Amino acid sequence: MAKKNGSTQGKGDVDISPDMLKEMYKDMLFYRRFEETVHRAYTKGKFAGFCHLHIGQEAVCVGVQKAIRKSDYMISGYRSHTQAIAKGIPAEKVMAELFGKSGGAVMGKGGSMHMFSNELRFLGGHGIVGGQVPLAAGAGFAIKYRKEDDVCICYLGDAASNQGQFFEALNMAATWKLPVIFVIENNRYGMGTDIHRTTSVDHLWKRALAFDMEHSQIDGMNVLSVYSHFRSLVADMRKTQRPHLCEIMTYRYRGHSVSDPGNYRTKEEVAEYQEKDPILQLAAHLKANKIAKDSDLEAWDEEAKSKAKAAEDWADQSPDADLSLTFEHNLAN
Amino acid sequence: MAVIQFREALNQAMLEEMQRDPTVFLMGEEVAQYDGAYKVSKGLLAKFGPERVIDSPISEGGFAGLGVGAAMCGLRPIIEMMTWNFGIQGFDQIINHAAKMLYMSAGQFPIPMVFRGPNGAAHMLGAQHSQFMEPMLTNVPGLKVIAPATPYDGKGLLKSAIRDNNPVIFMEREIMYAEKGEVPEEEYLIPIGVGDIKREGTDITIIAWSRMVGYCLQAADILASEGINAEVLDPRTLQPLDEDLIFASVRKTHRALVVEESWPFASVGSEICDRIQRHCFDDLDSPVHRISGAHSSMPYNEKMEEMVLPSVEKIVRAAKEACYAI
Repeated sequence: MAKKNGSTQGKGDVDISPDMLKEMYKDMLFYRRFEETVHRAYTKGKFAGFCHLHIGQEAVCVGVQKAIRKSDYMISGYRSHTQAIAKGIPAEKVMAELFGKSGGAVMGKGGSMHMFSNELRFLGGHGIVGGQVPLAAGAGFAIKYRKEDDVCICYLGDAASNQGQFFEALNMAATWKLPVIFVIENNRYGMGTDIHRTTSVDHLWKRALAFDMEHSQIDGMNVLSVYSHFRSLVADMRKTQRPHLCEIMTYRYRGHSVSDPGNYRTKEEVAEYQEKDPILQLAAHLKANKIAKDSDLEAWDEEAKSKAKAAEDWADQSPDADLSLTFEHNLAN
Repeated sequence: MAVIQFREALNQAMLEEMQRDPTVFLMGEEVAQYDGAYKVSKGLLAKFGPERVIDSPISEGGFAGLGVGAAMCGLRPIIEMMTWNFGIQGFDQIINHAAKMLYMSAGQFPIPMVFRGPNGAAHMLGAQHSQFMEPMLTNVPGLKVIAPATPYDGKGLLKSAIRDNNPVIFMEREIMYAEKGEVPEEEYLIPIGVGDIKREGTDITIIAWSRMVGYCLQAADILASEGINAEVLDPRTLQPLDEDLIFASVRKTHRALVVEESWPFASVGSEICDRIQRHCFDDLDSPVHRISGAHSSMPYNEKMEEMVLPSVEKIVRAAKEACYAI
């Protein structure tokens, strides 16, 4: 799939089992309902601070997650609630973290941008745009140092690809063959700025050309494209350890953060992407292939909504952060 | 005891710790094939190979961050900054990532790593190569900061830094790499956060670290010839600071002079002065005195450079003022 000299499109839905397709559908639906619940909770004043939603970009998170294994590392930026859940952090602990509760993923000390799990190899949750990219190179370095065949998934946004450290990290990864997939979730806007207003290249996969790094560009509104592409990328990388830059074309329906009214783009543009919605696309596929009926889809939606509600209820019930921990964790023993 | 150069003492520390723990690796500009810009890593490539002694690109932010990521995944990186002036390029990774990872992850991701390299002015290197980073980096929660003054302290503290489970900033001095000192043949460690009395005295406590310890010992000799018996106290670690040792000394001598080379505004020296006046107010016979570098960028010209930096003469004069001996 990965070519050195040009962008490629992901493959279609080859040999994906009906069970896997259903799982993908349910996961995407749940992440959608989870983020909607988060947004409502924010609006109700249940929590504060920054809050960046992933609504519209579910196919990326699910397609990538299904292609990796538990021991693979993952690191991300500040739009990462559902990636943390996908990697295995229970949804209720992510919700509780948003609420600043003691049951949160990091005991209420991180908030929306800083979910972590050492056990699950989720390396965060980072708030400095592009700052996580060298860390991913470090994870790749550690994999190689120990002579293992895991990979590291490094998520970043389109605008993070203009940070200097992004270039430094890609250069090191390419020079030393570090097993990292740099995943640019290109949702077209760095906050409110159209990526083309700040970037000299028309496609971000071209960044890889500077490092002679393998690269690709795929449709991020289609989970099957994402999954099949990543399955092949990961299988190759376990053998070759050659890093890869993948630009995934996606779109966020909501603002950059919950406080963003989105005046920099038109309603028509948002509607255009919503027609290509990843959940609707997979629903059509499931029905066309007689894997699911409308009644199944409705039942799964109810299930997703009640799971999201259960996460919110659990977070509501979780005690507030333990104040005795305020000054803990500055230094390790 | 063997008498060896500062650079050799640091080299021994890294060599011993790399032999002891296979997760320790060294990365930085020119550390491998070139044997180190200042030869601190001499022979390590030959001993440990290119998997563990790695020449980096000129990308301080990038390889500082690579080190942080590797530390999150169970390795113990030593990241060499060719100088701490270049290390400023890596401050995003040091401050935003290394220092905060344990806290943000509520204890899940300790960052056991060392960032080391020469700090401060050497000789006629101009404004961009002559900066002291103590104030900036001691200001950041989550970092330990060490600035040793002797080969003995350097070796023992670097070994402790490599074994520590936190990001440790290790500040060396280009101009001190060739200085010699006694270092035991047998293994030893010096605990982080414990200061050392470099010269006992009764009349005034002079607090200094890194290169200024040598200056203050010279000043103490001059002061002794004039009847002032100065105690020279080296905290060795600046974060955390061994304030108990400082307070005990000041309560004995009743006078204090803090000597540092960095810019004076909101510095380690100003912090020490504040702590002394708050905790030892009733013990003091004179105001706490300070010598620091001037609040100025560093000039190239030798005589201009001397005007900016502390000197033995300036230290002697300030100590005498504190003792009302002028």
